[in-house]
Amino acid sequence: MSGVRVLVGTRKGAFILNSDGARRTWDVGEVQFGGWQFYHLKGSPADPNRIYASQSNDWFGQKIQRSSDGGKTWETVDSKFSYDGIPGTHQWYDGTPHPWEFKRVWHLEPSLADPDTVYAGVEDAALFKSTDAGATWTELSGLRRHSTGSKWSPGAGGMCLHTILIDPTNHDRLYVAISAAGAFRSDDGGATWKPITKGLHSKFLPVPDAEIGHCVHRIAQHPSRPQTLFMQKHWDVMRSDDHGESWQRISGNLATDFGFVIDVHAHEPETVFIVPIKSDSEHYPLDGKLQVFRSRSGGNEWEPLTKGLPQKDCYVNVLREAMDVDSLDSCGVYFGTTGGQVYCSADGGDTWNAIVRDLPPVVSVEVQTI
Amino acid sequence: MTVRVELPYHLRQLARVNGEVAVEVSGAVTMNAVIDALDARYPMLEGTIRDPATRQRRPLLRFFACEEDRSFEPLDAPLPEAVAQGREPVIVLGAIAGG
Repeated sequence: MSGVRVLVGTRKGAFILNSDGARRTWDVGEVQFGGWQFYHLKGSPADPNRIYASQSNDWFGQKIQRSSDGGKTWETVDSKFSYDGIPGTHQWYDGTPHPWEFKRVWHLEPSLADPDTVYAGVEDAALFKSTDAGATWTELSGLRRHSTGSKWSPGAGGMCLHTILIDPTNHDRLYVAISAAGAFRSDDGGATWKPITKGLHSKFLPVPDAEIGHCVHRIAQHPSRPQTLFMQKHWDVMRSDDHGESWQRISGNLATDFGFVIDVHAHEPETVFIVPIKSDSEHYPLDGKLQVFRSRSGGNEWEPLTKGLPQKDCYVNVLREAMDVDSLDSCGVYFGTTGGQVYCSADGGDTWNAIVRDLPPVVSVEVQTI
Repeated sequence: MTVRVELPYHLRQLARVNGEVAVEVSGAVTMNAVIDALDARYPMLEGTIRDPATRQRRPLLRFFACEEDRSFEPLDAPLPEAVAQGREPVIVLGAIAGG
């Protein structure tokens, strides 16, 4: 492992940023498919040159791109995401039934073992799987057909399935998160699902401790401790130590615990990173100061990380897909902003530098250690 | 018959073509036939002009030919003779976006 490749999805194209292990100088490649939105790009853990990308556009719809050479060239693969059977309805904002309608792919999660197998999380919330490198997609409809499915309703950004986690010790154990249905786990490869929301509390719900309806923004997991999950909810930072069966609030000393991203240090499973945002009505950092918060104790005790980050007049947001870590010896932490900056810390969050400052609004950041 | 088509920037980029494209259409020259020919020649464009579920024109696209807005004509309606003869192109246009 001697370098990193950062895959950046933006509102107006995809970018691939390359550096060596020092992570001081960067090559910002040319924009890929300029003008198209890239909600997510992710490389296969089994073959880093295999990258999948979700390309969409309100005018022209959804496309999936696949690269087999680390993003040098791309091939458009199948982009038909057809719900299994008659889709039925979910709940609309006003409480009325609304037909399930495919809008876009929010997240692509390649298999940990097979570069040709990849999961896709879509809006309206559903999980699809391809075992032929994106040539065809099949819905794992047990999720959408869960007994609560007709009660799911969208958040302001749409009813999106945005998080997919695969347990590295048991590839049949999958986790997904949906705004604003909540979080679900499958122990049988996606055939059946159960809500994993015990301990979540959302004041905006008629029943704050309800089984579904929580606006989960992101879930993260360290590969060495698959039973432990960290969650950034609409408000609240949470953790579970039993595969999501129960959750505890770990916001601790945070001044605000609203936010979107959450991630775990590559080598320290109790070191967690978040970027708190002022509030759900004001999607920018508190006091105009861009601060990453790090907990080295698995939550509750958080320290602000500010060196190299703007500490005044900063009003950007950091969206849910826009943080990742590398696995070099000195763990690198990366995040992108709606202001077009991509920041890197090569020392576990102690100091930060902007890799690039003026991209289109950044939607997703994924890092490959190569 | 060879039909000329002007694609919007995003679709030219997706299909990796520059400028106007030409496709062979057999039978009646209609928008459906032209789009079928485009999809066959450039499979990456499939679903970008017609909604894949409804097979209708995507709502933010418009079709023009011979200085006429064809957007609300049935997709199986014949296109003007000048298009069928290759003298005029069919124009696929994305709705303008403000900002």
